Amino acid sequence: MNTAQTSQDSKATASEPETTMTGGEMVMQAMLAENVELIFGYPGGAIMPIYDALFDYTDRIRHILVRHEQGAIHAAQGYARASGKTGVVFATSGPGATNLVTGLADALIDSTPLVCITGQVFAHLLGTDAFQEVDVINITTPVTKWNCQVTVAEDIAPALAKAFYIASTGRPGPVVIDITKNAQLQAMAQRAYQKCQKIRSYRPEPIVRPSYIEEAIQEINHAERPFLIFGQGVILGNAEKELFDFVEKSGIPAAWTIMGKGAMPTDHYLNVGMLGMHGNAAPNILTNTCDVLIAVGMRFDDRVTGRLDKYARQATVIHLDIDPAEIDKNVKSAIPIWGNCKETLPMLTAGIKKRAHPLWLEEFHKLNEVENEVVIQKEQNPSTGPLTMAEVVARLNELTKGEAIMVTDVGQHQMVVCRYARLNHSRSNITSGGLGTMGFALPAGIGAALAINNRPVVAIIGDGGIQMTIQEMGTLMQTRAPLKIIILNNAFLGMVRQWQELFHEKRYSFVDISSPDYVALSAAYQIPGQKVSTREDLVQALTAMLKTEGPYLLDIVVAKEDNIFPMVPQGKGVSEIVLTKDDMK
Amino acid sequence: MKSEITITVYTENQVGLLNRIAILFSRRKINIESLNTSPSELEGVHRFTIVVVEDEEVVRKLARQIEKQVDVLKVYFNTNDEIIWQEMALYKVPADIVAEKIRVERLLRENGARAVVIRKDYIVFETTGQRAEIDSLIEKLQPLGLIEFVRSARVAIIKASAGFHNKLLEFEQQQPGPLLSENPFLGRNEEIFSM
Repeated sequence: MNTAQTSQDSKATASEPETTMTGGEMVMQAMLAENVELIFGYPGGAIMPIYDALFDYTDRIRHILVRHEQGAIHAAQGYARASGKTGVVFATSGPGATNLVTGLADALIDSTPLVCITGQVFAHLLGTDAFQEVDVINITTPVTKWNCQVTVAEDIAPALAKAFYIASTGRPGPVVIDITKNAQLQAMAQRAYQKCQKIRSYRPEPIVRPSYIEEAIQEINHAERPFLIFGQGVILGNAEKELFDFVEKSGIPAAWTIMGKGAMPTDHYLNVGMLGMHGNAAPNILTNTCDVLIAVGMRFDDRVTGRLDKYARQATVIHLDIDPAEIDKNVKSAIPIWGNCKETLPMLTAGIKKRAHPLWLEEFHKLNEVENEVVIQKEQNPSTGPLTMAEVVARLNELTKGEAIMVTDVGQHQMVVCRYARLNHSRSNITSGGLGTMGFALPAGIGAALAINNRPVVAIIGDGGIQMTIQEMGTLMQTRAPLKIIILNNAFLGMVRQWQELFHEKRYSFVDISSPDYVALSAAYQIPGQKVSTREDLVQALTAMLKTEGPYLLDIVVAKEDNIFPMVPQGKGVSEIVLTKDDMK
Repeated sequence: MKSEITITVYTENQVGLLNRIAILFSRRKINIESLNTSPSELEGVHRFTIVVVEDEEVVRKLARQIEKQVDVLKVYFNTNDEIIWQEMALYKVPADIVAEKIRVERLLRENGARAVVIRKDYIVFETTGQRAEIDSLIEKLQPLGLIEFVRSARVAIIKASAGFHNKLLEFEQQQPGPLLSENPFLGRNEEIFSM
């Protein structure tokens, strides 16, 4: 068959070019209608018709070619977390789809809105062990908010409409739409894409019960030592202002989970710090002293609560959450307030009295002062010895003045950044909180840097994590996304090493990790960079990094065996937090 | 304290939903004693009846996880005294021994059973009832050389339930929740989509 014939054939099948379109084109129409600007993906056999359609839309939609599908989904997560929009991923069938699984699990546990479109083999080949066929729907069921397989072109638009609606509403989450190749190729009647606005079996936001609001107001008004803890729900609900108003009026000290970091400016006088295993001493200890505990948009993760039977037993717990399944899941609440905190917080604010709790707040300040003296100052401002992770973050704070978006991986550096990064804006702390996915930060940083262009985006990564998705340096090279990479290089898998030191008699089992020459590697990817190991060079290097247009890599050699403290040892209650290794006994 | 709890799940008819529900149990190491799927009183709405032996608190959390699934309309869970429930069983026994040793008529009467198939070589009895009744017939047939036995999943009706009609209307009437501000279709109800 020659070319002329082929084109004739395709004309013949599309005899009325005005009125038919392929399933692949429908996918692209859906992307336009859903205001998708960026797609992260990787082509392959079973998704080629969609990529073929995409080829005609590159003037309106930007596609980022990654180096591995895991990179695509983490980049989409970074994009979604920084921008508040839904991240979109294209991947092919089989291995393309299975490579998304880690990212899906990460996005589900951290409530990130994603729509992932996977190609699938022809419908008639389903279940035949065809080339690159895998049961994507069943593999992804436990790690998606919703998923659906489409085998005819007609169903593509309704499925995608539902996908975008489900991913972004209520408690957000990832959705997978698996489209067989025949559906992508199939011609169908031209039709306009309609967004989905309601699904009868799905109630994104539970109905608020006024009686509980009333009860909560009474409790808060009569509380002597009220304490507020908040999580990412505030950010996902765009309720930063509502939280701020509530905190200001009530005068209640507020602490955050790492997913909630940035929802309230770090410098606010009622912001008393970070909760959890490596959080600040005051909010952890005083969780077990407060009389009313108001939890907003957080899910009482075990890293936040420590031992549950020693967690806030004395307190009346008021739990605000959009997801009814979170209420009473880990911590029993006296007053459950179902709903979006953007809606429920103002109801509380309207009812409560304007108060201040100076004596109670003083207790936080006293404990934080001790921590500051015993831990923070020493970590952030050492005068001798190797560089510490904390001083890198402290110097970075001074240069960015809290304007940066910080993307972190998983491990010691993550805890240091979450503890010490100064953030003025919400959606500025992007980290793999729930799943703890090493390798998250480089691709997520690329996604964030492509989403936000008026503020610096800095990815701080350990020498272990960066090597897990280091192939995405290629994506960075090709996109020139203005991502600043800082590797906090201690030549160890630091967090595991810390646990081996503390709980396994220093038996350092496979935590000694070597690294390539990152600056040379970076140069090979045409990305400028430098290596720093001394205090004298640090500020200058950070300044050079921030001043460079486009991507940059800074490899910082830090102390090999630093430990992250304070720490709530595993199996202990939050008030048993220790400040130093000597206190561990 | 663990007890027998019957979970009733009203769902949309969606492929893959059985797996989505089943993995919520297996992830939490909860054994499903019996599972039945059937149509409900409403066209297009499916009904799962799932029996577990569990603590009520565990089931409450599980029920919320099930209800959280997009295609699930509503979940109820009830103790045995809150429901009317039945199971069905079939028993295959050798015809010659049964005919010789017992008075079949009486056996059927006493156990509320009936013969579904009578052949020269075997007879199939059927009984519908609760666990104890079904088990007692096994005991009687066991000595007669019970060839094959199968019991169905439990089906149950909730005593206090007024059916799902009104609930479904409520689901359909519910105003859509506030969406992302960028949605230009907000408030255009006639275009509401359902799949």
